[in-house]
Amino acid sequence: MKDELVERIENNPKYKELISKKNSLGIKLGVFVLVMFYAYILTIAFNKELLATKIADGMSTTIAFPIALAILVISFLTTLIYVRKANGEFEDLTNDIKDDVKDLI
Amino acid sequence: MLKIVSILALFCATLFAAGDASFEATKRELNVPAIIMFFIFILGTLALTYWAAKKTKSASDFYTAGGGITGFQNGLAIAGDYMSAAAFLGVSGLIYLKGYDGVIYAVSFLVGWPIILFFMAEKLRNLGKFTFADIAAYRLGQKEIRTLAAFGTLSVVVLYLIAQMVGAGKLIQVLFGLEYEYAVILVGVMMIIYVTFGGMLATTWVQIIKACLLLTGVSFMAVMVLYAYDFNFESLAVSASQSHEAGESILSPGGFISDPVSAISLGMALMLGTAGLPHVLMRFFTVGNAKEARKSVVYATGFVGYFWVIITIVGFGAIAFLNSNEGAQYFVDGKLFGGNNMASIHLSHMLGGNAFLGFISAVAFATILAVVSGLTLAGASAISHDLYSNVINPQATDEQVVKISRITVIIVGIVGVILGIAFEQQNIAYMVGLAFGIAASANFPILFLSIYWRGLTTRGAFLGGLAGLVTAVTLVIIGPIVWVQILGNTEALFPYKHPALFSVTVAFVAIWFFSKTDNSQRGKDEKELFRAQNVRANTGIGSAGAVDH
Repeated sequence: MKDELVERIENNPKYKELISKKNSLGIKLGVFVLVMFYAYILTIAFNKELLATKIADGMSTTIAFPIALAILVISFLTTLIYVRKANGEFEDLTNDIKDDVKDLI
Repeated sequence: MLKIVSILALFCATLFAAGDASFEATKRELNVPAIIMFFIFILGTLALTYWAAKKTKSASDFYTAGGGITGFQNGLAIAGDYMSAAAFLGVSGLIYLKGYDGVIYAVSFLVGWPIILFFMAEKLRNLGKFTFADIAAYRLGQKEIRTLAAFGTLSVVVLYLIAQMVGAGKLIQVLFGLEYEYAVILVGVMMIIYVTFGGMLATTWVQIIKACLLLTGVSFMAVMVLYAYDFNFESLAVSASQSHEAGESILSPGGFISDPVSAISLGMALMLGTAGLPHVLMRFFTVGNAKEARKSVVYATGFVGYFWVIITIVGFGAIAFLNSNEGAQYFVDGKLFGGNNMASIHLSHMLGGNAFLGFISAVAFATILAVVSGLTLAGASAISHDLYSNVINPQATDEQVVKISRITVIIVGIVGVILGIAFEQQNIAYMVGLAFGIAASANFPILFLSIYWRGLTTRGAFLGGLAGLVTAVTLVIIGPIVWVQILGNTEALFPYKHPALFSVTVAFVAIWFFSKTDNSQRGKDEKELFRAQNVRANTGIGSAGAVDH
């Protein structure tokens, strides 16, 4: 890639906006998923009894099951949220940037 | 092509003849519907391979199916790569054996996906061409990085391949009463045919078809299990805990992941390993642009997440059904026939008779073939694209590269068969855990830091990545499984089964240290090149085969 092109894209305010928005969303969702997952793993590591709690008195099913299901569902939802944003807003910004530097590509 | 099919048919016939002896020994009846299903699938996929072979000309066709796969198709194919025999047979077998502990694997396997999406998928698509080493080698030294990446890839591929081969061998053994060794050889031969002729296009379509069949078949099993319990999970849980020797403890995390270090280490391996699996990473290059790459991850996450939910039901269903009076027919000398990995196969027979057993067996076999094909392709690309065309012979023509790939496929196939036979007794879910551990230690740190850290230099990436790989492999060898169970020593030198926590840390720290202390001019140039790389990673400007909007 030509230095001039890199220079121009880096100085484009829309590029700065794209990077900061993308990074901020990715980090927020990423940290959320990591905290959720490691909370689960650490509970397994240090407090198995907690996950062995029954859903209700007299029942056998433990809360470990709905928790696992919740992690699966939330993992999917976070990917959905990210892609809606990325394939909409971020993609538009990217196309604007491409338009701005069209003469150099 | 015709010649090959006839040779194969002859080969199969010989194998079945050879299998007759073990039939007597195990007293299994010849399962005609299963064998018919099995051959329909084989013929169908061979036809597909024939079609793909005609369209596969260039190296790009061979590795990325020409980049023309859509996000939805690729999502299914990625899910297919993920829902391997180890996942289907291994995790359901693990749940059958240990209850909830198997579910931990399922959850951990999925959590890697969002992380891949947020931090890697798009950038991989924008920076890469054929292999993940393309990304790491973008601004770093080609020779060092590609050599290392090739070894990382091959280690993961071989371990993962063993897991699939063991699953295949056991499956065919149960289904046809064929000797285990012959079954593994049969898989090896089929895989070599798919990949050498059809490349990525055949591999992707076999993967898509199989993903659809697998999701349908396992959904049916889950519905049938729940139907028996009036769609009440509690009743299923009660019934399962009553029929399992460990009782109610199967409904909560138990002794399988006994100590905190192992739990954290396994969790880390499964999550970060996903982001370092070469055959999955390769799939991001089969789509046209970053937008499709992102979409494919959403589809993949949805399919895989759903798959784990139904596998959990099937696993607990297997406990309840197989440990009943009616299930006694599946036991030989108090052990499940074919081993614990076969729990869901036997369950399919109980739920839907011979025809459904045939369907599920054919699907499971398809699963194995599709995944080993993807793996072999990843192994072949590491050798031909990374090592041969970028290190050994940079002037190589497309034809030479594809030729080297095909030779590699044959070698990887043979190695897979030999090791598949050697590792017959291993639990395949555990083997996959190890493959993930190595992917997390050797591939992920280099890939991640090359995308995000300006300060990374060739020296840091090479020495650090090597340290991660060597640490992971060494700890596996001196750990409880290899050192004690396989090599027969009395005590393991390294007490934990899963090395990721240590080896990933070693890799990151070493990469950081050797990059930081690298004051060479080359290192300075590489840091400077980060700017252009970052612009391309984020915008896709200049990426391979990018589609203009």
